[in-house]
Amino acid sequence: MPETQSATPTSELTSDLRELAADVVRRAMATGASAAEAVVQEGDEFSTVVRLGEVETLKEAGSRALGVRVFFGQRTASTYTSDLSLEGIEKLVSSARDLAQITSEDPFAGLPDAGLLGQHKNELNLFYPDVYSLPGTERIDYARRAEKAALDYDPRIKNSEGGSFDASTSHRILVNSLGFLGEYRRSFCSLVSVPIVQSDNGAMQRDYWYHMSRSLKALESPEHIGKVAAQRALRRLGARKVKTAQVPVVFDPLVSRSILDHIFEGVNGDSIYRGASFLAGKLGEKVAGDNVTVIDDGTIVGGFGTSPFDGEGIPTRRTVVIENGVLTSYLLNSYTARKLKMETTANASRGLAGTPGIGPGNYFLQPGTKSPQEIIAGISEGLYVTEFLGHGANLVTGDYSRGAGGMWISGGQLAYPVEEITVGGNLKDMFFHITEIGSDLEFRGSVAAPTIRIDGLTVAGE
Amino acid sequence: MDNKFFFSHFGIQQRDLERYLAAALSAGGDYADLYFEYQTSTSLSMDESLVKSASQGISAGCGVRVLSGERTGYAYTDNLSPERMMHAAKTAALIASGPSKETVAAFQEKPARSLYPVALPSVDAEISSKVALLERADVAARRYDSRIKEVRVSYGDELRRILIVGSDGTLAEDSQPLARFNVGCIAKTETNSARGTSGGGGRVALEFFSDPISSPEHFASEAARQAILQLDAREAPAGEMEVVLGPGWPGVLLHEAIGHGLEADFNRKKTSAFAGLLGKRVASDKCTIVDNGTMPWRRGSLNFDDEGHPTQETVLIENGILKNYISDKLSSRLMGMPDTGNGRRESYEHIPMPRMTNTYMLAGQDNPDDIIRSVKRGMYAVNFGGGQVDITNGKFVFSASEAYLIEDGQITAPLRGATLIGNGPDVLTRVSMVGNDLRLDEGVGTCGKDGQSVPVGVGIPTIKVDRLTVGGTAKRDTGGYMQ
Repeated sequence: MPETQSATPTSELTSDLRELAADVVRRAMATGASAAEAVVQEGDEFSTVVRLGEVETLKEAGSRALGVRVFFGQRTASTYTSDLSLEGIEKLVSSARDLAQITSEDPFAGLPDAGLLGQHKNELNLFYPDVYSLPGTERIDYARRAEKAALDYDPRIKNSEGGSFDASTSHRILVNSLGFLGEYRRSFCSLVSVPIVQSDNGAMQRDYWYHMSRSLKALESPEHIGKVAAQRALRRLGARKVKTAQVPVVFDPLVSRSILDHIFEGVNGDSIYRGASFLAGKLGEKVAGDNVTVIDDGTIVGGFGTSPFDGEGIPTRRTVVIENGVLTSYLLNSYTARKLKMETTANASRGLAGTPGIGPGNYFLQPGTKSPQEIIAGISEGLYVTEFLGHGANLVTGDYSRGAGGMWISGGQLAYPVEEITVGGNLKDMFFHITEIGSDLEFRGSVAAPTIRIDGLTVAGE
Repeated sequence: MDNKFFFSHFGIQQRDLERYLAAALSAGGDYADLYFEYQTSTSLSMDESLVKSASQGISAGCGVRVLSGERTGYAYTDNLSPERMMHAAKTAALIASGPSKETVAAFQEKPARSLYPVALPSVDAEISSKVALLERADVAARRYDSRIKEVRVSYGDELRRILIVGSDGTLAEDSQPLARFNVGCIAKTETNSARGTSGGGGRVALEFFSDPISSPEHFASEAARQAILQLDAREAPAGEMEVVLGPGWPGVLLHEAIGHGLEADFNRKKTSAFAGLLGKRVASDKCTIVDNGTMPWRRGSLNFDDEGHPTQETVLIENGILKNYISDKLSSRLMGMPDTGNGRRESYEHIPMPRMTNTYMLAGQDNPDDIIRSVKRGMYAVNFGGGQVDITNGKFVFSASEAYLIEDGQITAPLRGATLIGNGPDVLTRVSMVGNDLRLDEGVGTCGKDGQSVPVGVGIPTIKVDRLTVGGTAKRDTGGYMQ
């Protein structure tokens, strides 16, 4: 057993980074920019994988980087660097100025209106230093326990891809030439167990279970995670193909959230103003069944998609995207809001480089009242999807075709595992045929949906 | 030792490298390496005929790795000062326990290939020339057809300089250019919209895009053509049928069906559906498939892998028999097999593992027209989006973005996108015809594994798969092309 120390996460003094960001903005303005914005990002990470009881990998590091976005009237460009020396900063700023000269004049480009800038002051519970509180040996032990619980669960589980434990913290600072200065820290830890089950004839199946949390204290126990992972893997043994058919399809929460993601792809400002979504122009119209309400909320305390301000420095908010089937709002940043003559919904997402995109906050489908068991019980022949393989949604046409695996439903029960099939349809119809929405909404990430049933899909197999 | 770049830029000298490696081995590891990386990149995009976005970046750092038995310790730093490098080395060293037992061998630079001797890397080329490429594509796409309403063009390039040193004496330096050009179009009518994309590039200079076969006009008209075609596409059938794949990018079939499953780490751990199948039949005898990192100028090629081992052409499957896995340093040592030079990593922040380079099937004897003619009712797919695989149960998918119905040996109706799904260890046993028209893709592939992306290439000649499941929505036996 290796003796390990938890290496102290590397970090610079906060005030230095704030000053750094402000300095970059000042320098950019000094090159003649009409507006500028700087982002400094700093973070550290720890990760370990334990396989068959032994440490397989152990990784630990920290990093810092800086990005600047400049405006010269209606032209804009951006640069980023991991070199925070004086020379590095000077190069960062002069390159941005030079690049801006070759971009086009775009009347919609620019920082947000000054009056919109701001950040939430309430405690959002995004940062818990306890993610690094365990000594290294115990972090490794978490991963070992998550794997062991799966391996011990059933004699048919003799192999695994391991248990893994990850912890990280990040620190983000945004400064712009309109006087905005905002920063926040976030912490994150996760535990995953990936067992492999083998049947008598040698066929193997793999599944996983996981939990993630902002604080170590709230992380589910390794024993629970290992046990659920084992149950999910065992459930796949003996999976077979089925005949092509049109049947009701139930999606478990791990996969139903990806259907919800398609709504996000379809309502974000970039897709809308370019007409690259079939939802463009449909504000105020019915785009889904009455039972469908979709909300984006960047303010939920502790949420994975929460932040005090969006990627442009505007306080995040709660937006009802679809209400009882009616499309009530797109999700926008300043640029797309201007293009559409609307107001931003504070969904700007800014990495280090490039222009801000659009990202969800905590994005979810409002739950219904039936349990997943009740939903399944209402189906005589159908499919219960527990995993997707590949992508396959076209938001321009609505075409939907994805590889899938799960369980066949027969007489209201989960009957046998199914694999090597696809689920196909068209999103334009699918949103109107979400015939059941479960009560089991749980955030295992920033996007969440309960169990849902969709009718009218084609299951392709034999 | 002639590591000019990192010496002049960061003042790193041989004795520093020896010191860091010794620190990494100070707790008893078997092997340690340092991966220094300095990357500059540019990206530009045009939308609504405006250059809306231009960005450039620099990223530099070093990853320190220590191997101890089956264990890997890893730490990285973006600050190459001696203090931070020593801290990273000592952190990575913690994977081992015990007294130091290995010493650092003398560095020996092996003769290297030169697969991409670009005189002027595109990152250093005039930015106005790159903007000109965007403009040409925009004009060409819009001119293709009046129904083309939205055009998005993007160009990205990078130059990655690396220095790898290992405690076994490995010393490798490389300068890796990479460029990529993409066009996306949306076609619209009163009632309908559709999209098309096309792109290409490689480890090339900007002049690459002056050649007509890889010019902005070429990619623009391809993207526009696909979008227009899709306006009239009908529902794809659902269920099992004969599938003919066109040459080039449809080679993603191989990448998903067998490529990942043959990565040595999965086979060592016996988590891959191909574990234990060396020497067994996994494809028809018409199939010979290789992974080849030595092709000049290709996106998926490397002079040596990210562990400093020379790349090579590895025969994966020969006349249908599984011959080799693709490996890295750790896998090859633990499995007692030669290192195939496939140890790759996304960046200095990542641990290397076996990854593909350019993966393709060799040309066969059949005439592509005969292949189409041999199909009574099936699908002919020539363009794809991406794919994915579960390497444990072997199930894989890839999504067709341009496909046609074949009826009585004729290509008839264009079909809307559909995902094809199959089982890796047996799908290739049903390859009954292999065309003589091998093509590689145009240089757009990115492979993801365990959260790490690397550039790759794929290729295939026209082939017929006797049975594959098509994830459409139309009932399979609905016949004919209806107006």
